[in-house]
Amino acid sequence: MARMTAPVLALRDIRKTFGGVVAVEDFSLDIHPGEIVALVGDNGAGKSTLIKIISGVHPPTSGALTIDGADVTMSSATMARAHGIEVVYQDLALADRQSVYMNLFLGRERVRNRLGLLDRRAMIAETARLVEELDVRIPSPHAIIRDLSGGQRQGVAIARATHWARKLVLLDEPTAALGVAETARVEEIILGLKARRIGVLMISHSLDQVFRLADRICVLRRGRQIGVRRTAETDKNEIVAMITGVASGVE
Amino acid sequence: MSGTVQDTRRNPARRIDWQQHVVYLGFLAIFVFFAVVLRDTGFLTVRNLSNIVLQTAPVTIMAIGLVFVLSAGEIDLSVGSTVAVSALSAAVALNGWGLVPGVLAGLGAGLLIGAFNGALVAWLRLPSFLVTLATMGLFAGVARSLTDLRSIPVTNGAFTGFFGSGTLFGIPSLVLWTVAAVAFGHLAFRETRFGAHVLATGDNPRAALVSGIRVPRVRLAVLTLSGGLAGLAGLLYAGRLQAAKYTLGETDLMTVIAATIVGGTLLNGGKGSIVGALVGSLMMGMLNNGLILMGLSVSDQMIVRGFIILVAVALSLREKAS
Repeated sequence: MARMTAPVLALRDIRKTFGGVVAVEDFSLDIHPGEIVALVGDNGAGKSTLIKIISGVHPPTSGALTIDGADVTMSSATMARAHGIEVVYQDLALADRQSVYMNLFLGRERVRNRLGLLDRRAMIAETARLVEELDVRIPSPHAIIRDLSGGQRQGVAIARATHWARKLVLLDEPTAALGVAETARVEEIILGLKARRIGVLMISHSLDQVFRLADRICVLRRGRQIGVRRTAETDKNEIVAMITGVASGVE
Repeated sequence: MSGTVQDTRRNPARRIDWQQHVVYLGFLAIFVFFAVVLRDTGFLTVRNLSNIVLQTAPVTIMAIGLVFVLSAGEIDLSVGSTVAVSALSAAVALNGWGLVPGVLAGLGAGLLIGAFNGALVAWLRLPSFLVTLATMGLFAGVARSLTDLRSIPVTNGAFTGFFGSGTLFGIPSLVLWTVAAVAFGHLAFRETRFGAHVLATGDNPRAALVSGIRVPRVRLAVLTLSGGLAGLAGLLYAGRLQAAKYTLGETDLMTVIAATIVGGTLLNGGKGSIVGALVGSLMMGMLNNGLILMGLSVSDQMIVRGFIILVAVALSLREKAS
């Protein structure tokens, strides 16, 4: 397999039904290392279902999921994580009353021995390093999540995903709840993932943001994959037409 | 170390963490109050003060269990009934088969009741409030029927020494049990992965789940632990009183919850303190002792205790609103 072009994640003919309802069908997509792919579409288009399929929450009804060229069947979020896939959920999935460093290591705490004694020093040091590296501006690794601003929380959630993701980060509306300045900060952090050769698949409702960040744009409508465009080779009019299905002549 | 380096700029008012200090201030205030008011009645004697510590041992041990349970976002209302069933089981087994079977029966009964609660909460996803409300009544009934409302004498000298009136190097065994339970509880709660998972589960169960924490197992574990510690409390009651009766632990529930919450543990999970629960428990014991020495009737004592609990709950819920 070619080294530079091997996708971290390849989806082939993914189909997902809930009862008799088709949520996603005929979905195929490759994501390469260091590539940002945006998933756009109206409400109910199947974007979140797709994220859940990739993150192991809802296994697909049919279709193949390949990670680094190997077929995998993912039946739980734990398995997805073991494969190097991390998700930043819309609600961030942070424990609000705990510290930043405990959240970064939530469920994967560093311990010193078999008894499970926490290695706080190591967790704090690693958090400080990561926060510095990603330029997430929080007062301290000890800060309690509920005392942070929305942007800071988002930064913590992305930092956590970045820290653990070896291959792919899934972002569900990463800046939906943020102001302008905070959005800019979070976008910088996302671009930082690209530099680390991590693949990124993000859902966003802001086309401006999609055009700022994404290398390719994948459009979903009512569970169907309408098309994938290189950001450099398309414009907002075409994408909007694909999302709404209003303009004629779109596949 | 942790929890002190925090951003105080954003909202200074919120960062004064009253729950962490209210129990120590309250403890001091009540101590000083009684020391002054009751200076002629022997409140300040070593004998009386050590009595308070000895009498609160079972409540402290139950409160340690409740810190884990509340921090995980659950509650255990059945601790009082568990104490009675455990003490009676221990007494019957002691008289029939001796020391070790007696101890195992007492602890085993507590662990089983706790595991029963935990299984219903973890796997059937029933709310712990309702489950333990039901088992509180259920096992109170079991305790009554187990011995036909009779009191069972506990005469095994080794048992009463170990769990009651005995001493080691001059230190009463009840104090040693308290210290050991607090030390182990604090270590497990603050310094282990298990403790971190308990806090995460109570703080945000969904986040805990997607982070790979086995949330049902945590819920089972905390309720089993609470049952086991209530079992130990039952042994301590049986050892100290040299008898077991269905009334043991009957009125402890309110005291245990109050001690835990005054001690800085949140009713809705994600935050707790073992040392706080110890001080809260000693405070409740001191309050009982002082109110009796002041000559208050049982009903007046209940009223005053009820007020203290109200204040504690109010302080606990204030954080939630912010």
